[in-house]
Amino acid sequence: MEIFGIWLAAFLTLCIYSFLYRDNPFYRFAEYLFIGISVGYYIVIYIHQGFIPFAWEPFWAAVKPFWPGIPREAGWIGLIKLIPIALGLLFFGGLSPRHTWLIRYPSAVLVGFGSGISIPLMLRTFIFEQTRGTVEPFAAINAGTLSPWGILEAILMLIGVACTLTYFFFSVEHRGPVKWLSKVGIAFLMIGFGAAFGNTVMGRVALLIQRIDFLLNDWIGMIMDWLGSIF
Amino acid sequence: MKRQVPLVLCFLFGVATILTRFSPHPYSQFFYEEVNSWVLIITPFALVLATVTLIRAHVTRIRRRTEYWQYSFIVFAGLITMVAIGVPFGPQYPAFEWLFNNIQVPMDATMFSLLAFFIASAAYRAFRARSFEATLLLVTAIIVMLGNVPVGDLIWSETSSMKQWILNNPNLSARRGIILGVSLGVISQSIRIILGIERSYLGGGD
Repeated sequence: MEIFGIWLAAFLTLCIYSFLYRDNPFYRFAEYLFIGISVGYYIVIYIHQGFIPFAWEPFWAAVKPFWPGIPREAGWIGLIKLIPIALGLLFFGGLSPRHTWLIRYPSAVLVGFGSGISIPLMLRTFIFEQTRGTVEPFAAINAGTLSPWGILEAILMLIGVACTLTYFFFSVEHRGPVKWLSKVGIAFLMIGFGAAFGNTVMGRVALLIQRIDFLLNDWIGMIMDWLGSIF
Repeated sequence: MKRQVPLVLCFLFGVATILTRFSPHPYSQFFYEEVNSWVLIITPFALVLATVTLIRAHVTRIRRRTEYWQYSFIVFAGLITMVAIGVPFGPQYPAFEWLFNNIQVPMDATMFSLLAFFIASAAYRAFRARSFEATLLLVTAIIVMLGNVPVGDLIWSETSSMKQWILNNPNLSARRGIILGVSLGVISQSIRIILGIERSYLGGGD
């Protein structure tokens, strides 16, 4: 089974790389199979790691007393799970054009919860922490514990953050000093985008190397071992 | 009923969730954990709806014999195989893990690695040092790429430390600026949604 798995993975890898030549039936086969397998995988994961532990098990524990001979294990609080289950079922209103509006109910709960959670999360994790990270070195400067190079880095960081924010500040017209600050912000942004691009390219190349390593060592290596054992 | 109730629901859940983050009371924490689990319960239903929509789209393709309609059967084959094995037996079942390790993982990695070629060709066309900003982007990208591989240090021994300095200083300051801007945008948008000013999630119609 392991050998068949390596052959299958190698075949599918080559099918996808065949797109580098041009669009062809092998690539389309792998592409459509990938869609089906991925959707199926996420359905299984969501059902087993979301629906069953968080909805079905508490709900079943709550309704068990209705079945004769089964001891009561949990309180009626488990029945509260009926609410999200009912809300989830409203998504199926989307299958009928007349009842599409029913989707708004579960969407409103998800969007409301998501918005509610993001306000304190964004404040704490990003705004306060990132601001703290930017100005904290100045406390070390004040205490006299930062090297001259560290002081330069701290000033550079503050200038970079301030100028980048200025570039995204559209409430005033970018003229005079604001224009120059915004230009410095663009320079910092370009360095950031360049770094992001470099890291993305290297990440993709690492994946490419890993796939070529699989084809050369695992697949062709296995064929070579097999041929070596025959001859 | 069709628009007002969802707006009220969104407001109530939004305000209640904000309050739970500022109150350590057990009831507040119970509410937060309960609603958090509701999200995990509701999401699979949305996924099922998305799957039904996908199936309908492919059934229509097959019925109308549109271009490449035969490949829709392959989508069904992959989907049905994973669901038929994974739903009754669970994701730890050996056959499911085998399919995941030998089909999904290699295809996922290969699809993403394919982008290396397209990024290279896009970079060839886009990376021309026509202005100061474009030169900055080009030079930074080259330093970061070289700093990630051993050959970079062979060319110049300080390449990897230079890459690290760029990542920790000018790159981080630009990212911080972006993060602060995005966070402020998310907060203002969330407030608009909770107060019912932003209603695009309700969709069209009455």
